[in-house]
Amino acid sequence: MKIKMTVLLICFFVIGLISWQQPDLKASIERGQKVYETYCLGCHQSDGSGVPRLNPPLSKTTYVTGDKKKLITVVLAGLDTEIEINGEVYNNVMAPHDFLKDQEIADVLTYVRNSFGNKAAAITPADVKNVRASLTKK
Amino acid sequence: MKSKFSLFLLMSLFLMHVSFAGDTTKLRKTVKVPDEVNGGITLPAGFNAVVVADTLGVARHIAVDANGDLYVKLGRVKGGGGIVRLRDKNGDGKADEIKTFGDFNGSGIAVKNNVLYATSDDAVFKYNIVNNEVVNQPEKIVQGLVNKRQHASKTITLDNAGNIYVNIGAPSNVCQTSDRQKGSMGMKPCPILDSAGGIWQFKTNVAGQSYNNGVRYATGLRNVVGLDWNSEVNELYATQHGRDMLFQWYPEMFNQQEGAVNPAEELFRLKPGADAGWPYCYFDIGKKQKMLNPEYGGDRTKVGECAEKVQSIVQFPGHLAPNAIVFYNGTAFPEKYRNGAFIAFHGSWNRAPEPQAGYFVVFVPMKNGSPTGEWEVFADNFAGAVKEPAKATYRPCGLAVGPDGALYVSDDQKGRIWKITYAR
Ligand code: HEC
Repeated sequence: MKIKMTVLLICFFVIGLISWQQPDLKASIERGQKVYETYCLGCHQSDGSGVPRLNPPLSKTTYVTGDKKKLITVVLAGLDTEIEINGEVYNNVMAPHDFLKDQEIADVLTYVRNSFGNKAAAITPADVKNVRASLTKK
Repeated sequence: MKSKFSLFLLMSLFLMHVSFAGDTTKLRKTVKVPDEVNGGITLPAGFNAVVVADTLGVARHIAVDANGDLYVKLGRVKGGGGIVRLRDKNGDGKADEIKTFGDFNGSGIAVKNNVLYATSDDAVFKYNIVNNEVVNQPEKIVQGLVNKRQHASKTITLDNAGNIYVNIGAPSNVCQTSDRQKGSMGMKPCPILDSAGGIWQFKTNVAGQSYNNGVRYATGLRNVVGLDWNSEVNELYATQHGRDMLFQWYPEMFNQQEGAVNPAEELFRLKPGADAGWPYCYFDIGKKQKMLNPEYGGDRTKVGECAEKVQSIVQFPGHLAPNAIVFYNGTAFPEKYRNGAFIAFHGSWNRAPEPQAGYFVVFVPMKNGSPTGEWEVFADNFAGAVKEPAKATYRPCGLAVGPDGALYVSDDQKGRIWKITYAR
């Protein structure tokens, strides 16, 4: 009886947590889409499909769905080196976007990680703040 | 269109199957998958196309030898080879012999007097052709050219006096202090122009040349991908890719539609020493003149030094990406095409979220080296259903005219090559 009650309570708690988080995630994705349209879409295209050998796609790449710190670093510091992204190299230059606020970067990356066929955990402003601090320390 | 066609095919197959159900030999004889009409592209009345070769990979520029052999430069080495030779032995237009060699990525290719020239992103190689076979012992005639990935492809053309012209694209958008950073101002003078952002002239018969032996033939050109020598007037012609990001960085000057069509893509006729104005100037398609770039204090009214720069002879809507130009020196096409220019537009990306455009081959009627009328679309429908860079079926990239007067077009999305002929 007692165990049943505890399980039920935990269930309620979890459901509560999810439904409390969900609108937050939704709002972040919505704000992120605006940031994407202003600062990223011109190069990576509206559906994240990119431009062959010029601007990489943002769908299911190891950067987008992988390590948060690496991903945040790309946006803050930009990228201009010959690296393989899902087996291809891209020749354009991505400028640093460190002028964006922590919240904006968190939102745009949360949007990217939940769009274009991607499914990955949200990025928080605190995540961005930490990476920004570690980059400026260098 | 495509789905309708396949539906039609399926239905006819089904009907045939029903009517010949009892007679399998007949069925086998009747069912023959027809060639896609003109290899999927559209052409003016009287013209036809066949697919010379398919799925070659990143087929950048092409060149045809006097014997009809077609050479293709691959942007990405495939199966160990970065150059493909296509030979049509039975004269049906389709390659029946495919050879690959040259283990480097690149875009540029040219052939003349039994010598083949091909480029990597920092050098020009030369191969001798003996008894119709390439001797696979390349000699580096030019080396050490700027290669910083952005606009690194080196395209080439030859004149009739033993010179080769090499485009060295600027590794930059508009020479900002911080490249592609919104709000970063332009550097003046632009230090990039010393070693890039122009066309350099080298000798075809000297090995190991670099900047110290070459001549900066023309400057102020951001990134020229289309380059051809017009033998009618003995002058160099170049198609420039204009700058990106006018709307994205200056929405107060350019609305979204204006950003999609600005700046113009330009065709230049280049005399030695020409300065076309990059990075200080751009061609405003609405105002129909060369104006100061916003990174250099421009506001869509200031012209400044741009009045003194070399003016282009044809302007096209923005971002269409003119990747190749070839003068029509054949006689197989109707009279109006003689000495005019075909230009292959790779297709835009920097128009998003406005719809993308280009992905076609246009014709510019010309006489004595000057345009005689408006440009018109010649070959179209390369992209297929979706005109977007990653989703287009094909993207025209290279052009060449064969000894029989046929026009060849290459595609670097999948590697299809078309041969276009006129039937009258
Ligand atoms: C000027 C064009 C441009 C803009 C604007 C731009 N990027 Fe990029 N982006 C690139 C290029 C080019 C690369 C690859 C650079 C390299 O290989 O060195 C890249 C790489 C990336 C990568 C890592 C590789 C991958 O495809 O997974 C991510 C993630 C990314 N960009 C996200 C963004 C986001 C988010 C924005 C907007 C805040 C943005 N980019 C704006 C051009 C751009």
